[in-house]
Amino acid sequence: MIGSRQEMLGRITAALDGAERAPAPGRRHGAVTSSPDVAALFVERVEDYRAVVERVAPAGVAAAVADALAGTGQVVVPPGLPRDWLAADGVDVVTDDGGLAADDLDRIDAVVTAAAVGVATTGTIVLDHGPDQGRRALSLVPDLHVCVVHESQLVGDVPESITRLRDAVVGGRPLTWISGPSATSDIELERVEGVHGPRRLHVLLVSDGDSTPRARA
Amino acid sequence: MSGTFIGMPAFPVAAREALDNAQQRRNLQHATQTIRDKRAAVVDEVDRWEELRVAGAAIKDHVLTHLDGYLVQLEESLTRAGATVHWARDAEEANRIVTALARETGTDEVVKVKSMTTQEIGLNEALEDAGIHAWETDLAELIVQLGRDRPSHILVPAIHRNRAEIREIFLREMGKVGTPAPEGLTSAPHELAESARRHLREKFLRAKVAISGANFAVAETGTLVVVESEGNGRMCLTLPETLISVVGIEKVLPTVADLDVFLKLLPRSSTGERMNPYTSTWTGVTPGDGPQQVHVVLLDNGRSDALADHVGRQALRCIRCSACLNVCPVYERVGGHAYGSVYPGPIGAVLNPQLRGTESPVDKSLPYASSLCGACFDVCPVRIEIPDLLVHLRTRVVDEKRGGLPSGEQLAMKGASWMFAEHTRWERAQRGAELGGRVLGKKDSIGRLPGPLSAWSDARDAPIPPGESFRTWWKRERGQG
Ligand code: SF4
Repeated sequence: MIGSRQEMLGRITAALDGAERAPAPGRRHGAVTSSPDVAALFVERVEDYRAVVERVAPAGVAAAVADALAGTGQVVVPPGLPRDWLAADGVDVVTDDGGLAADDLDRIDAVVTAAAVGVATTGTIVLDHGPDQGRRALSLVPDLHVCVVHESQLVGDVPESITRLRDAVVGGRPLTWISGPSATSDIELERVEGVHGPRRLHVLLVSDGDSTPRARA
Repeated sequence: MSGTFIGMPAFPVAAREALDNAQQRRNLQHATQTIRDKRAAVVDEVDRWEELRVAGAAIKDHVLTHLDGYLVQLEESLTRAGATVHWARDAEEANRIVTALARETGTDEVVKVKSMTTQEIGLNEALEDAGIHAWETDLAELIVQLGRDRPSHILVPAIHRNRAEIREIFLREMGKVGTPAPEGLTSAPHELAESARRHLREKFLRAKVAISGANFAVAETGTLVVVESEGNGRMCLTLPETLISVVGIEKVLPTVADLDVFLKLLPRSSTGERMNPYTSTWTGVTPGDGPQQVHVVLLDNGRSDALADHVGRQALRCIRCSACLNVCPVYERVGGHAYGSVYPGPIGAVLNPQLRGTESPVDKSLPYASSLCGACFDVCPVRIEIPDLLVHLRTRVVDEKRGGLPSGEQLAMKGASWMFAEHTRWERAQRGAELGGRVLGKKDSIGRLPGPLSAWSDARDAPIPPGESFRTWWKRERGQG
């Protein structure tokens, strides 16, 4: 193994012998122009993926979450999810303590999480799996994902989101970028939603009414 | 070094066989046209797309010409993050490492994320030989695997199959290896997808080991990135206890910040979406979340040879988006199988002979599997000059081997003859040329062609293609459509 490592590195160094070593490119395509109405663009682009997206006032989150969960059975939530989002009656909630096996999750119908960033141009939500988003399996195995994003978390385009997420990555956190529900076009290029991931994605975009900073890990 | 597909004939022979397959041609035509149009629309949305392409190429050139340093940095970052790094000089060594790692866990099955790199090294076959079942979990790869078939496209590997064939494969094969397809399964795509979901979920839930590739590997942090649509990738990357990723050494990016360029370039170039449904990034082991045993196998398998060629090196910039396949008139006609490799189309024509050398007949013929129309360069998100590379590799083939076999010229003409036999194809090539700012005049013979085509046109006076299309000709000659 050590031999392979040495040999590969040796071959690469030899291959580059005499090669012009290209310089590191500077910061490249500049700041990305944000849309004048990032929230409206985000909503439009999420809808484009056949996900459900709604705009809600801070006071309306609990009711909107309850509506989104209507008709489902058990719901799993990450340990750091704000409890007041689940204020409505009649929702059977399990809080993930890390002990749920994949099989257990498979028997749960829905999950509610927060998000780290929303990307307007692409209609993407990004989870950095902080305490209000939970480990990766939570937002993967249940069939309905209800995701609450704050307007203050929106950015115009992908490069800005990378800037915001860099610290999480450097800190060792995984990221999951979600654009619409799971989908495939493998059969005659006909798009079918929901192959392995959640078949339904329901995004709630909360307006910037509350200026309370959100708890981060 | 893995060889070409066993028994694979040289490109012109395989191409002629593929040309006889009308179903495949129709499927491919529909697929490439659809993806091409989607791509064009979402690329047009982006301001300064050209700047992004230049940035993508520059980052890759930088990393490739400092690859020794960046690989060592990647190894350090991965190790710090709790992953174990392995180095594999060739396919055989990589397969041996992965097989041993899987064996150590005591499992006899693994789930797999679609990965060109593991296909390149023939990992599934190696695992089967060791008594370990490797389940492909991407829907298209599942269709290919259950059908005991070869992928024909990088992005949509089962595009040569229609829904009726897929239904038959599912009904016949699923039950032999797990949850059977439901009785009364129709060929509606949503029913087929649903039966794949049920079949695979059982495997995801019990799998102890997963195997993936990676689209990118960030040297700064040791972060790996997988881009996908179905969620099967997330299932594999998250649920099993052990994750083994086989990563070609050309996948390295210097920093997290560099992802901004590639996460814009890749989905738009590949599926023609603004963003693919799922992108996962992970950095070694995350306590309490996902696999706790994480292995990364860094694979050479001919890449350092390609790196040594100062012209050919740029092929290693490839991010496997498949845009060049979808615009290639040759690929559209013959399909992916004729290239004798997991890398078909224009990029296959330049990558395979470099990774595998040009000893075999198929690798010798691949640099000629092109009309040099330039459309592949126009769409390539990392600006790989595929036509120039093809010419470069033709020179290499000619230099390496003279006499005996049919000359490159003859092979090229065989490829070119059907290219010119259909006016739409020629027009498309012409449009490609126009896009690049080169326009052909209205004459009754083709004079000197600009750019890479000049070497071809300088040597002959080629007639403008006839008005009768290939399809009309075919009908007249064969009496069928
Ligand atoms: S060569 Fe360019 S266009 Fe073709 S698959 Fe690679 S990156 Fe995409």
